Amino acid sequence: MDLHLDSIRHAYGSVAVLEDISLTIPSGRIVCVIGPSGCGKSTLLRLIGGLERPASGAILQGGDPPAGCLNPLTFIFQDFALLPWRSVAGNVSLALEDHGLPNAETERIIGDVLARTKLSDFRDALPKQLSGGMKQRVAIARALAVNPAVLLMDEPLSALDSQTRALLMEDLVGLWTRRPFTAVYVTHNLQEAVLLGHEIVVLSRRPGRVREIVKLETPLQDRRVGDPDLEREQQRLWSLMREEAQAADQELIDV
Amino acid sequence: MSEATASRNAPDTADTGKRVAFRGGGFAPTRKRWIGPLLFILLILLIEWGTRTGVISNLTLPRPSDVLATFVELWDSGLLWKHLGPSLGRLAVGATLGVGAGVAIGVLIGLFSYVRAGLTPLVAAIFPIPKIALLPLFVIWFGIDEGSKYALIALGTFTPTVVAAYGAVDNVDRSLIRMGQSFNLSWFSIVRKIVLPGAMPGILSGLRVSLAIGIILLVAAEMLGAEYGVGAYILEAGSLYDLERLFAGVTILSVLGVLVNASVGAIERRLLNWRV
Repeated sequence: MDLHLDSIRHAYGSVAVLEDISLTIPSGRIVCVIGPSGCGKSTLLRLIGGLERPASGAILQGGDPPAGCLNPLTFIFQDFALLPWRSVAGNVSLALEDHGLPNAETERIIGDVLARTKLSDFRDALPKQLSGGMKQRVAIARALAVNPAVLLMDEPLSALDSQTRALLMEDLVGLWTRRPFTAVYVTHNLQEAVLLGHEIVVLSRRPGRVREIVKLETPLQDRRVGDPDLEREQQRLWSLMREEAQAADQELIDV
Repeated sequence: MSEATASRNAPDTADTGKRVAFRGGGFAPTRKRWIGPLLFILLILLIEWGTRTGVISNLTLPRPSDVLATFVELWDSGLLWKHLGPSLGRLAVGATLGVGAGVAIGVLIGLFSYVRAGLTPLVAAIFPIPKIALLPLFVIWFGIDEGSKYALIALGTFTPTVVAAYGAVDNVDRSLIRMGQSFNLSWFSIVRKIVLPGAMPGILSGLRVSLAIGIILLVAAEMLGAEYGVGAYILEAGSLYDLERLFAGVTILSVLGVLVNASVGAIERRLLNWRV
């Protein structure tokens, strides 16, 4: 299932946040959205996922979601958004309960996604017992459980320390290579963008506009931290963003 | 090399240098189990000693051992249950009605803007009224029997519960609700699986306050017109200036308060074991 964004504009009151965004998110690819803080990347993601309504423009689904897809547009949040009163398995089952699946099927899905995210031994643990990285893996498991057509990831690794981030990054690449999924990945971390993005959309500072779309052809599993090509790409992205980020920073001080 | 030097010099610096003073203590309450009961016992012993030696006159405070004797007498004669039974019944019925309605209305206020706009001023208007002042009215409305007592306790526990419940719903993490929406959960599922459990800590801490108010109102209601009940017992003792019986009654209320508080604590430990 593709997604098409058709000249999206959005404003909070009189403050324009996004201006004329047109994008296509092709099926089976990961599109990273980067931009200086406050440029509206997370807003864009919420618009794509239908959690907010754009002031003008439209977001269109191309084609039908694949069969067995319970929730076509599925979020993974920066703060994990796990229910603290539910166990790991309970948090995953929350996403399934409203679909009236037979119990055996629910159990099978939970077992499957927990195995895929290496959480099988922790199915009865409460979120308070888990580390940040494990919590995010639970959130990823919950998202995978509904068999999404498009994963919408809002800085999923930002709340984690750098080692955990590197490990989860590998997990994400592993998940994608085993079974490619469509994703929009919002981040302010350029390294994550070049490691995970088939396309990288660079937004300008507020109001966010598409400055450039960079396509990376290296297969995900061949991308390594420190690869000279990727380093060069990351540098180029930074040079694109640097002034914008600086200006955005000044702007925040002015406010 | 430099490491070796550093370690060899360490004792010297310890001699010559000034030790860094520790200043990170305090501000961390820890559980001290026996202090509460100990202070309580000491206080009672002090009063016992005071009343026996005459430092405290018999008119000011009864002798704790006499209060105990009165209590034992009350127990032996079976009068204790005759008074306590109806009181507990009134508290149970009244508080159940009040707390139940309070949680329901509070959650509705938390969920619907129109209900909030309509009912919050009303609740704010009812809250500060001393419910005891309305007792004569309740007697007319609900009869001199149990009805008016139930109503008084229900109304008294209702308002604090409403305020606690809608505050608790307001405090539910919005990002969790948004998560529920992002998974297409139905409105009812979001309320049942996210809003209500998320509001539970606030509702339970409100329950402590409401039930204490319930006990206060129970006595007030029984003072006005009841043959049996802890309130009636205290009122009778008071009008006879029978301090021993008065204090026996008051002790029953205190114990009741402690028990209610402890059972809310037990419910909290059971339901809220997910809290960090």
